[in-house]
Amino acid sequence: MKVVLEDLTKIFPSRNKKGAEVTAVDHFNFEIPDGQLIGLLGPSGCGKSTTLNLISGLESPTSGRILFGDEDVTDLPPEARGIGLVFQNYALYPHLTVEENIIFPLQNLKGSRKMTKEAMHEKAVEAAKLVQIDTLMERKPKELSGGQQQRVAIARALVKIPRVLLLDEPLSNLDARLRLQTREELRRIQRETGVTTIFVTHDQEEAMSISDLIIVMKEGRVQQIGKPQDVYDDPANLFVAMFLGTPQINVFEGEIRGGKVWIGDEAVLDAEGKADRAIWVGIRPEGFVPDPKGPFTCQMDRVEVMGRDVSVVSTHPKMTGRNIRSIVSAENRFEPGQEEVRFSLKPYKVFLFDRESEERV
Amino acid sequence: MKKKNNLKAWLYLLPAILFLGVFMLYPLVDVCVYSLEENFHFVSQKYSGIGFENFRHVLTDPYFANALKNTLILVAITVPVSTGLSLLIALGLSSIKKVRKMFQTVYFLPYVTNTLAVGLVFWLLFRNTEHTNGLISSLITMLGGETINFIEGTYWQKMLVTCLYTIWVVMPFKILILTSALASVNQDYYKAARVDGASSARIFRKITLPMISPTVFYLIITGFIGAFKAYSDEVALFGTNLNAAEMNTIVGYVYDMLYSDSGGFPGYAAAAALLLFGIVFTITYVNLRFSRNKVQYM
Repeated sequence: MKVVLEDLTKIFPSRNKKGAEVTAVDHFNFEIPDGQLIGLLGPSGCGKSTTLNLISGLESPTSGRILFGDEDVTDLPPEARGIGLVFQNYALYPHLTVEENIIFPLQNLKGSRKMTKEAMHEKAVEAAKLVQIDTLMERKPKELSGGQQQRVAIARALVKIPRVLLLDEPLSNLDARLRLQTREELRRIQRETGVTTIFVTHDQEEAMSISDLIIVMKEGRVQQIGKPQDVYDDPANLFVAMFLGTPQINVFEGEIRGGKVWIGDEAVLDAEGKADRAIWVGIRPEGFVPDPKGPFTCQMDRVEVMGRDVSVVSTHPKMTGRNIRSIVSAENRFEPGQEEVRFSLKPYKVFLFDRESEERV
Repeated sequence: MKKKNNLKAWLYLLPAILFLGVFMLYPLVDVCVYSLEENFHFVSQKYSGIGFENFRHVLTDPYFANALKNTLILVAITVPVSTGLSLLIALGLSSIKKVRKMFQTVYFLPYVTNTLAVGLVFWLLFRNTEHTNGLISSLITMLGGETINFIEGTYWQKMLVTCLYTIWVVMPFKILILTSALASVNQDYYKAARVDGASSARIFRKITLPMISPTVFYLIITGFIGAFKAYSDEVALFGTNLNAAEMNTIVGYVYDMLYSDSGGFPGYAAAAALLLFGIVFTITYVNLRFSRNKVQYM
């Protein structure tokens, strides 16, 4: 089921008379293709959870429309939309067993869709098998680990075969190892069911690793939509460039002058055909190549050896962060006590942003 | 090391032990002793024998039978009605937003009002005097009925007023407790249930009620115990001579046996008190057993 968001806007009224209104989602336009796994990504407070709530129907939009396929669901209540929702804290009913939790949505069906006990049990087992918890059906939620609880929550969301599956920060309550496992699991379940799935996360690595498409949001506005690698390789603005990637992109004050990119008094790259202006220069950590004759000079701080790679930590008067991190091949050798390091730069790992608008140049 | 710790622990416990020993344990034992001493006399501190004569007397005393009947009726009516009404009001309170604070205050007022003052209010509502009829009675006559002097009326008229009074007095506390229990249920459960398509009735039955069941159960148990201990409410409504009004309760009976005009029989009082204890204990135990599978402790 494709999901279409048309001009979707949500404005929360202020709590008191003096306060300002909060625009949580600002003119969101996008068509989510059928059967894909979508990562809704952004820092906390960017409106991604509100967007999810709008799609689920728990919140109603101030303006704009939501369509599932060709059906306008904007004014439908959550239960009529045919969605499955997994909450950040799973919201499993603590007094019910795993099976009773999974069956709960089926028991609410009315009229012709009403099911017999046997049919419900069969469906529940089917859903439980999909997420591999069919041996735990008699347990109460508190007798399960965090990962197992999450699977129960997913099974409960899937048992009615929803048109769209929505997950709110699905991995944030799991420990690091389980998170890696679960995100692969999530990918597998989504592939097997083919349900259009939208998940919210603030963890860019999580979003990039399993999504077909990622949507980056900031302050209620969509910054960029695309395949994870495309967004990483071709960020639309400084925010997106800085939000994606670990270690973070290195940002320098610079300018374009006479067809060259200048950082301080060094011309580090060609920028032919681009008008002179003040810019931010973003360089991905993997964009640095140690080169004794390179055009870009930094003050060496320390070298962190990671085996396969070496992380060179250095400083530069024009940098904006606390230091510069570059990741280079371990074949490079650095002398102890070396004070300067010179780099040449890979042009496709360097992004230029306007100093004022912070958009790509 | 262990021994020293033990000593220290006992030292810390000492104030509580002393207090409980003097004011709880000693009287408890003493009541048992009194209940078995036949014809005990306060002044001479003498008794004629040891046995169950006191219990026999109390159980055959028509005044005790009346008090027991009143207490049981009171318990059977006021506990379920007050708990149910409180739950309804608490649900109402938690589903409104605007004037909730005001209503909470209004509902809580009876809790901070003096029993006797409330009694006076009920007199104004239900009692006829030489100068004016009670408000309720006036309303009944306005609607074409005959005037009723509830406070001095028939047994069931008096019982009705007593039950109304008790329910009215115990509700504020229950509403307060239930409102906070409802507020502490995680909203995500409701959202999840709504997304899952559950009707309001089903959400209440399958989610709200189990979630607040420990609180409801607590209120029922304490409600039972409180209703069995009823006495001051009846005094506020009918004065101290409750036997004459046929509105005595077990605690009232105990009091009468000790202090009032007919008093001076600590043996009977002790026996009646122990019978009350036995009843409350049994009912609480049955409650606990019955609820074991119904109450959800998360």
